[in-house]
Amino acid sequence: MSEIADKVKKIVVEHLGVEESKVTPEASFIDDLGADSLDTVELVMAFEEAFNVEIPEDAAEKITTVKDAIDYIEKQKAA
Amino acid sequence: MSNGERAGLLLSAGMNSGRRRVVVTGMGIVGPLGLGVENVWSRLIAGENGIGKISQFDASDLPAQVAGEVPEGPREEGKLTLSEWVPTKDQRKMDRFIHMGLVAATEAVEDSGWKPQTEEEKCRTGVMIGSGIGGLQTIYDASITVHEGRAKRLSPFFIPSALINLVSGHVSIKYGFQGPNHSVVTACATGVHAIGDAARLIMFGDADVMVAGGAEATVCPLGIAGFCSARALSTGFNATPQQASRPWDKDRDGFVMGEGSGIVVLEEYEHAKARGAKIYGEIIGYGMSGDAYHITAPSEGHYGAYRAMRSALQSAGLTTADINYVNAHGTSTMADDLELEAVERLFGDDAKKLAMSSTKSATGHLLGAAGAVEAIFSILAIRDNVAPPTLNLDNPSRESVIDRVAHTAQQRPINVALSNSFGFGGTNASLIVRGV
Repeated sequence: MSEIADKVKKIVVEHLGVEESKVTPEASFIDDLGADSLDTVELVMAFEEAFNVEIPEDAAEKITTVKDAIDYIEKQKAA
Repeated sequence: MSNGERAGLLLSAGMNSGRRRVVVTGMGIVGPLGLGVENVWSRLIAGENGIGKISQFDASDLPAQVAGEVPEGPREEGKLTLSEWVPTKDQRKMDRFIHMGLVAATEAVEDSGWKPQTEEEKCRTGVMIGSGIGGLQTIYDASITVHEGRAKRLSPFFIPSALINLVSGHVSIKYGFQGPNHSVVTACATGVHAIGDAARLIMFGDADVMVAGGAEATVCPLGIAGFCSARALSTGFNATPQQASRPWDKDRDGFVMGEGSGIVVLEEYEHAKARGAKIYGEIIGYGMSGDAYHITAPSEGHYGAYRAMRSALQSAGLTTADINYVNAHGTSTMADDLELEAVERLFGDDAKKLAMSSTKSATGHLLGAAGAVEAIFSILAIRDNVAPPTLNLDNPSRESVIDRVAHTAQQRPINVALSNSFGFGGTNASLIVRGV
């Protein structure tokens, strides 16, 4: 697993208070990890802060799973 | 009290005789004397003191450096381990005053044994928990984030963390109580107003059960500095914190801030009886008034306090002869003597038989939670026939015929108790409770 993926996983575990084993790439923040809409806003902010990237509102809305977050950040970092 | 006034009281008692009765079936406290009603009460009666050096932040450059903070530690020792009450992941979504409210509300609801099963029962159970100030530290932290040019990084939980009515919100969500969801903000009178208003909702038929009280957590730089600027806090006892809160004593020099929460479960009497609930006492009187005088100081003679107490007596259909114990507002400020004067004037000859103490001498002033914590102390004073002490009352600044229970608790018959709370803005509230 990439460094980015590791870090994303860690942030999700911390913010949503879920067990690490549940944070699979396919896991949906809201459907599988118990987040509500405010949690996802906070999560995206935490990603922005940790990876020093800007995630605009329309992109943030499309980040619904762990994999979505990893992919988006990896793409930003590669660019 | 004149015969005419007595007749007036009897008349109002007659008018109230048909109303629904409201009893207390659950209680919870977390505060400077610790966690748990029985633990806090036994420490209070033993003359223990919850005031110490401020530990939550470095207060060394502030004039006031003492406070009544909630002790942290194992539950068996009557201390608070927050994660046992509020899940760690949820803690950062709420200011500390909400944590306090949730702890005391959980305790009170569990103590009451009330678990509504049907939709109807849930809709007949409401919450009215207030706070004097709300999420001050949260607002401070968020202000810094914005000031640093990081407004876009502000937590989405900032607003719901700071809002005063969110204690009521969280308690309702936790237990599924779908009845009236309300909150009170009347500075240091909040706790009494919340219990009094919630009792009236039950009397009026809006609910059968109400979780009511106050929560506060402003032992933070902004809170201490703000009350310091208003010249309200004690500053002369930083080296001897346990002597700082000294109601009516000639050396008192301001109040000591406390933090925590007091919550009661109020219930319609027949409802409580039908389910075999344990009944601690009954809310029989409630009175309110406004000074219309000054933003922080009570008027000469404290007529606002006088009128709040008189109005509470009227709503209870009682006279001063019926009151055995007064839990004073008594914050350890210059206003203590004005309250004393108002009680003396109202009680007349009955003052000689009265016990009145200020438990803030042991807990500090819990602001919006004070009235609720002290209502609980008043109920327990009746249950155990014990008047809790006024610590540090070495030399009263003003003599009185009223026994102010200096230093040690007194065993004495207490059937009916009155509890006073007054707040900035000139708001006054008195509550009368009795055993059942």
